[in-house]
Amino acid sequence: MNKVVWGLILLLVIIRNDYWFWGDSTLVFGFIPIGLFYQACISLAAGVLWYMATIYCWPTDLVEETKEAIQEEPAQ
Amino acid sequence: MTQLYIIGGYLVLLLMLGLFSNRLFKGTSKDYMLASHSIGPFLLLMSLFGTTMTAFALVGSTGEAFTEGIGVYGMLASSSGIIHSLCFFLIGIRLWSFGRRYGYTTQIQFFRDRLENEGIGLLLFPILVGLVIPYLLIGVLAAGAVINGVTIGAFDTAFARYDFGVPPWLGSLVISVIVLLYVFFGGMRGTAWANAFQTMVFMVLGIVTFFIISNQIGGVQAASEAVLEKHPSKMMREVPPEEHATYEEEFERWEVVAKYNWAKNQPEFAPEIKAALTEEKEKEFADEAASRPGPPFMRPFIQEALEAEYAKEQGLLNLSPEQTQIAKIEQDDRILPPEGQRAADWVNLPLAHFAQSDDWVKEALTTYADEIGHVRLEENKITRNAALGRYRVTHWAPQEPERMSFLLFVTYLLIPFSVGMFPHLFQHWLTAKSAGSFKLPVVAHPIFIMIVWVPCVLLGVWATSATYPGTERLIIPPHFPANAVLARMVSELTDDVLAGFLTAGVLAAIMSSLDSQFLAIGTMFTTDIVTHYTGEDRFTDRQKVWLARGFVILIVAVTYGCSLFEPRRVFILGVWCFSGFSSLFPLVFAAVYWKRLTAAGAYAGALAAIISWLWLFADSNFGLDAEYTFFGMMPVVPMVAAAIVAMVLVSLVTKPPSQATIDKFFALEAEK
Repeated sequence: MNKVVWGLILLLVIIRNDYWFWGDSTLVFGFIPIGLFYQACISLAAGVLWYMATIYCWPTDLVEETKEAIQEEPAQ
Repeated sequence: MTQLYIIGGYLVLLLMLGLFSNRLFKGTSKDYMLASHSIGPFLLLMSLFGTTMTAFALVGSTGEAFTEGIGVYGMLASSSGIIHSLCFFLIGIRLWSFGRRYGYTTQIQFFRDRLENEGIGLLLFPILVGLVIPYLLIGVLAAGAVINGVTIGAFDTAFARYDFGVPPWLGSLVISVIVLLYVFFGGMRGTAWANAFQTMVFMVLGIVTFFIISNQIGGVQAASEAVLEKHPSKMMREVPPEEHATYEEEFERWEVVAKYNWAKNQPEFAPEIKAALTEEKEKEFADEAASRPGPPFMRPFIQEALEAEYAKEQGLLNLSPEQTQIAKIEQDDRILPPEGQRAADWVNLPLAHFAQSDDWVKEALTTYADEIGHVRLEENKITRNAALGRYRVTHWAPQEPERMSFLLFVTYLLIPFSVGMFPHLFQHWLTAKSAGSFKLPVVAHPIFIMIVWVPCVLLGVWATSATYPGTERLIIPPHFPANAVLARMVSELTDDVLAGFLTAGVLAAIMSSLDSQFLAIGTMFTTDIVTHYTGEDRFTDRQKVWLARGFVILIVAVTYGCSLFEPRRVFILGVWCFSGFSSLFPLVFAAVYWKRLTAAGAYAGALAAIISWLWLFADSNFGLDAEYTFFGMMPVVPMVAAAIVAMVLVSLVTKPPSQATIDKFFALEAEK
């Protein structure tokens, strides 16, 4: 799943370059141009993918190791 | 005056917040600089978001959308939403872990340790501080401009030169002092609280403003349809042929006026033009101009256009291509380089190639001298800014609608990587209570960007075509300064109270970046220079805090001094400063993930980044060429490429880091 999430993030970076909407001014919901609507959806998708990343790609080992190190020598 | 009171009240509130957080100050430098690693997810999200969103988030996004159209969201905002979170996730958490385990407060401490090299600090310190100064300058200048814009006419007699509003130099000074005070009182904890509070303020006020303004201009649907009718290119990233044809017609008419204005002052053409334009003809054109719709100040311009058209019809404007180009350059107030310094094909170059002269400001103020006055106390008077606007509308060439370059759009993706090397973000990352504190910022950051940017971008594109209710008169005239679009929409379409609050919101966005930057440069000076070279015990903790404050005052004074002398280039400098930070991103990425990175490789990478930056910056006429690209790409591309190539090649041919360093920073990878 870790690789799938990173793959999806890479895909998001690629499809952010929406050349297919370059000359399209269709209004979505009667007021948002489709180029802007699509990019807003990219931002929402980024939020969803980063949420998945915090679940499936979280650096648990690093976090645990840090926690142990901090407990040995607590912060001031 | 209402706006001034609201802004004043807001600033007092901020100071109180700084004072209150001071009550929790533990007196240690660690508490002052890192809030004792006590910041949880919500405060971390708000601090990181508030810090990365500068004045550009509200004012710049609206202005850029007004100029470029909706494409700016994809170019600047959605790319940041993906890449900022990527940096928090890949770089932020790792650096937080190293910082907590090995006690770092600054980036330079980490690099010195990771690269087993002292000198790298002396190379990075001036580069990082040097790149932060233009970033600070943007905030300081924007604060002064915003306060001046909304307080015009607030005073009865004082500050006539500034349209009886708070002078920009005074507004900038007040904001700098306020931020300094709450950073001094509250340190990192005060900064984090103030950031959270200010981020909420500018987000809420941005949304409220969006709904009120969209309602005032006839609703969201009508506003978008008006743009589709008048400026469809603003709703996409291409220019439809019909819009381009309209522009070409307007440009042709303007060119005739430019040729006429130039020719009537040349001995070669003047006598014939004078003979043709009899008194009778002039009166006929004056009467016709008076009968046309539009504000009275446009009449002389319409008359001039009618005379020019007549002169053309009479065959009196047969100028050579060189003369035509000179006429257009003069009419558009641009600078023609002296003979010998001109490009070979200067006759065919577009006007944008020639720098704009500053002389037009004096001419505009002289032209409208009788009409400039106190708009609140005198009837039929206009502000100096309005006079400048009238001059631009009646003199300059129509603005050409432009398609957005796909290559620029793609390569702009490298700019948001700058957050990976921002010294102030590094410091914010280290304030996190635990790694878990990063989860909320990583997830919510792109969504917050969308919440702030989408309404601002819509307001910007609507401003291109919005008219006063019940009239055909544009609220924002052509050639209007992009960064003043939001303020104009607010002042024209809302009341003083909302205008005051929105100004407080814009100032909140500015100050929530300035505070972190002030704190970061103070921390770097104390930690990386003073303590590092004089020893940990040479100064007490309290003395270190005061040293940090002293250095911050020095840098703010330098920044403030720069703001008084070179305000023109600052917004262009912003992208250059982000490009500089982005070009250092490969260094931090390699330091965290590539065991083979050596000190020599890091030197080579940093030097390649900064030398390529300096070379390209000089090539862009020190930022004056706003359209500057590198083979159609953002200049950041060659900078990053140079940094990567130099860093990798030199690292591979130099001695690898010691096993102790590899064990210290890559123990987990070794276990796997």
